[in-house]
Amino acid sequence: MTTIIASTTAPPRARKRVGAGRRQWIGLIYVAPAVALVLVFFVIPLGMTAWMSLHNWPLMGEHAFIGLDNYWAILRDTRFWNALKFTGYYTVIVTIAIFAIAFPLAIFIEKPRPLTNLYRTFFFMPAVVGFASASLLWSWLLNVDSGLFSPAAYDLGLIDKKFNLLATFQPAFWSIIAMVVWKVAGFTMIILMTGLQSIPQDLQEAAVIDGAGPFARFRAITLPLMRRTLALALILSVAGSILAFDQFYIILRGGPRNQTLTAVYWIFNQSFVSFKLGYGAALSMVLLVILVALSLIQLWLLRKPEGLD
Amino acid sequence: MAQAISARGKFAARLARHSTGIIASVLFVAPIVWTALSAFKPAAEARLPPLPPWPTTGFSLENYATLNSFGDGLWASAQNSIYVSVMTVLLSVVVSVLAGYGFSRFRFPFKDLFFVLILSTIMIPFQSILTPIFLVLTKLGLHNTLTGLVGVYVTLQLPFSIFMMRNAFDAVPREIEEAARMDGAGNATMLLRVMLPLVWPGVVTIALFAFLGAWNEFLAALVLMTDQSKFTLPVMMTALQSGRFGAIDWGAVQAGVTVMMVPCLILFLALQRFYIRGLMAGAVK
Repeated sequence: MTTIIASTTAPPRARKRVGAGRRQWIGLIYVAPAVALVLVFFVIPLGMTAWMSLHNWPLMGEHAFIGLDNYWAILRDTRFWNALKFTGYYTVIVTIAIFAIAFPLAIFIEKPRPLTNLYRTFFFMPAVVGFASASLLWSWLLNVDSGLFSPAAYDLGLIDKKFNLLATFQPAFWSIIAMVVWKVAGFTMIILMTGLQSIPQDLQEAAVIDGAGPFARFRAITLPLMRRTLALALILSVAGSILAFDQFYIILRGGPRNQTLTAVYWIFNQSFVSFKLGYGAALSMVLLVILVALSLIQLWLLRKPEGLD
Repeated sequence: MAQAISARGKFAARLARHSTGIIASVLFVAPIVWTALSAFKPAAEARLPPLPPWPTTGFSLENYATLNSFGDGLWASAQNSIYVSVMTVLLSVVVSVLAGYGFSRFRFPFKDLFFVLILSTIMIPFQSILTPIFLVLTKLGLHNTLTGLVGVYVTLQLPFSIFMMRNAFDAVPREIEEAARMDGAGNATMLLRVMLPLVWPGVVTIALFAFLGAWNEFLAALVLMTDQSKFTLPVMMTALQSGRFGAIDWGAVQAGVTVMMVPCLILFLALQRFYIRGLMAGAVK
């Protein structure tokens, strides 16, 4: 109807623009469901987290505005700082362990050779299994009586009495590291492989002709040209580890003696076990700031190399 | 002579390469196979250490049967998991295809703002906004419902899948659309009949990631599903493994873990190239 009116009153050029403009607006309808979901399940909750962090907010009953009191409480919450410290320690160790396994694997499967695709598929299989499944699986393997490791070591005569791997901090911690490396190494391997494959082959060949050894080539060509891929794999590993929860909850329940409570685990306990929702929100804000800072570092590390596109 | 030495050297190198490959493959695959095999032991044998991994006193489905007797049963949780995962796949595909098309082909107010808004959610860990999500779901009357969980999972998929789909639509030449428009294709026909077949690989990729994400997610399901009849498999299995239903039945844990792993592995093996494609798309950008 309106187009008819437009066609009778407006000059032809303007009519075309109105038509095109109206068609362009339809784009809003296409993106509306996505925007609505992000608003409801992300933007509003994000605003609420900030708002709730300024309140004493029990699950039942009235909440009261208390200003920055939750944040002052965080400063004195040694258990939260211990959790944060443990999370940092875990992040560093697990990231080093993942790279130590994933990088050689990536080099191993980089070139198309017989059976390479099969090996790649095998290495990658644990990565598609969920963290919860992997944790349940390993909680069984690590069990002192019904599991694999301790009874097998006992049967082989390596230990003279069954040893509970999950009873003390060191073996429990390294068991988790082993499990996470098993699960994640294949994923990191694929990302590193894409980086390796993007290095021009003739560059390597030229270096060989110039007499560069494998180590020199790795340092002078591979590493610099993989900077963005390395940064990406690093950030994914670090961000994922800072948010670790499933494996510590399922395998260790934060034990032994609450020594393996991670930051997310502590927030979970405060919010959904003690139901201190306001305090949990304030803790979440701290975690959020850390993660956003990490993302900004990521953007900086992933920036396009100077002089290139 | 020299040729013989180099041939022997080549053989040695190949032997070393394949032994490394085989040993590493076994290390990665063994825990999965070990669990799947042990699950077929009779309950009495499943309590003992899994040496050897395969059943020695007869093949049995007892563990799967026991699993179905805990709480509302394995089948109830499996149904919940299937419902949540399938709905997450369908909804995230529909929402992302629409949004990807919209962002790729139209100019409208706030377009860049909306796009950046959606992509930037990837920077915010959802773990830090779970409490308010819980409250929002309560306000919407979706508290403790699988539908609410689907809403959360779809939103978590959006940054990746909309980015994927917009790039897929961007790669379709505009001439194809103009030709279809000449032939009188309307908006719906254009998207469904002309564009969708061209971006199909992207759709498979985002569907696969949505399924794996929803099927494996643990923390949100643990927090948001408070009623046992709504438990998804990871939550149900963790309750069982924590001894919530009495003494821990490791045979049942093996069976449950197998049920949780098998769909992921089958989908991955069948759709591997789409999976790797998705990772590459993420890694290159």
